[in-house]
Amino acid sequence: MLEVKNLYLTLNNRTILNDVNLKVEPGEIHGVLGKNGTGKSTLAYLVMGVNNYRPTSGQLLFNGQDITDLPVYDRARMGISLAWQEPARFEGLSVREYLIISGRSRRIEDVEEFLDVVGLDPSEYIERNIDNTLSGGERKRIEMASILAMRPKLAILDEPDSGIDILALPSLLNAIVEMNKMGSSVLLITHNEKVVEIAHRVSVMCAGRILKTGAPDQMNLWFKLNCQPCIHVNEPDKESEKI
Amino acid sequence: MINYSLTKEYTDMVDAYQKSGGNRDALVSPEAARLVIHENRVLGQNNIDGVKIETVETTRGVNVHLMTEEGIKIARPVHLCFGMLPEQGLQEIIMKVDARDNSEISVIAHCIFPNAVKVIHKMDANIRVGRYAKFEYHETHYHGDYGGVEVVPKAKIYIDQGGVYQSSMVISQGTVGKLDYDFEVFCGPDAVAELVVKAYGKKNDDIKIKEIIHLDGAGSHGIAKSRIVLSDKAKAEVRGETYGNAPEARGHVDCIELVNGTEAMATAIPIVSVTNDKAKVTHEAAIGSIDKKQIETLMARGLNENESIDVIVKGILK
Repeated sequence: MLEVKNLYLTLNNRTILNDVNLKVEPGEIHGVLGKNGTGKSTLAYLVMGVNNYRPTSGQLLFNGQDITDLPVYDRARMGISLAWQEPARFEGLSVREYLIISGRSRRIEDVEEFLDVVGLDPSEYIERNIDNTLSGGERKRIEMASILAMRPKLAILDEPDSGIDILALPSLLNAIVEMNKMGSSVLLITHNEKVVEIAHRVSVMCAGRILKTGAPDQMNLWFKLNCQPCIHVNEPDKESEKI
Repeated sequence: MINYSLTKEYTDMVDAYQKSGGNRDALVSPEAARLVIHENRVLGQNNIDGVKIETVETTRGVNVHLMTEEGIKIARPVHLCFGMLPEQGLQEIIMKVDARDNSEISVIAHCIFPNAVKVIHKMDANIRVGRYAKFEYHETHYHGDYGGVEVVPKAKIYIDQGGVYQSSMVISQGTVGKLDYDFEVFCGPDAVAELVVKAYGKKNDDIKIKEIIHLDGAGSHGIAKSRIVLSDKAKAEVRGETYGNAPEARGHVDCIELVNGTEAMATAIPIVSVTNDKAKVTHEAAIGSIDKKQIETLMARGLNENESIDVIVKGILK
């Protein structure tokens, strides 16, 4: 479904992504596990085409089509969407309106149920505005509900668990599994080993590179042994090659 | 008692009101107080128990005196409809409001100028909110696309002890034209004032907003809020002033102006002043472009850039 080929990104003479190669198969939840500052969110932005990032070189293929130079909304219309680590807030835009926008032609009756899936009571939240009156955790869950409403072919979830309290984590992970069951492939970006347990495969990312890809339990173990504690936080290439 | 003449002008005004998004029933229901003014003529009026509306037609417009009885709570909003259907003309509304002690009333004013090429609409209001009374005044404008309207609303508002005054003015449909808004509020003890102005400036629109709140009474509260979006060559100057002159007075100025494009111009002048050491007034003013992350979030849902901006602007001006 998604193929990232030899992707490089250099910003201000600093290599952020260094020959990233990654495949997300149809129907797969593919975790990208790594410490902060290793390039995970940058990879998410490049796949979605946001934040003014354009690859220095390399290619992004979606269902075989080159999307490297496509604008955000074309990628969205092809079926890619992104849930940001810190979602934007909108003055005067209600949850109802946001879900309708995300669900496109779907009726509100068909999309408000997704608030339930992420652990929010629709009757309490549907008329609220997506503004500063929501907590960070509430906003994150509404973002997840909006992705569910959109039913993308590929959902990019950037640190979906950050800002979510421990009691709410199971419903959030359940929402991701539900999303996958509904037909979305998921690129699941996180630094949390617990979160990638729901993935089918996991790639460990360090210093802008994908180091290893494999089963979640194997990659979690490898991550624990090699990355905790990390011996070269945010240090580039040659250090990561020692691992 | 229903007291209006079903002239063609009246039906044309109601039609224009409905086309601009208004609810026609509000202007025909016998249970709601209302007043319909076209140019300098009163076309329709309905008084209900507890609310009295007196009008005097003048050569330049209409003098309106709205009074509530003491202690009365009016359940349904009073609808005022001011408009001019011709392309040119002057409409001057001199308004006096007496919201008597312990009364509660909400007024919704619709100002309709769909065909304006050179229309001037002036309002000069004197509003008194009695002790523990509540008066809400919400004004929505419906302008055509030509931009030939000059809107000059000015008001002095006096709020007695424990009274509440809330007002909003929204011009988001059509082009604003020229707006010179000047509201000044004087708050007594424990009085509350909330002023909100929202406008979407386009083409060559020229927007001037002045919101002044004097917190003269102990424990009084006030907020002056403005939301302005500008595109094309529109310009706006927002002046929000709050004066804390009494103990435990609390005031806030909250101004956001968004500029879309390179030719529009926004200015904000917040003034906060305190003359009592137990008063506190604050301000926040933000001027800038529309948040890129907001745009990209909506684009990641499949909207193009213009559609995304439209959603964001409508939300801000809602």
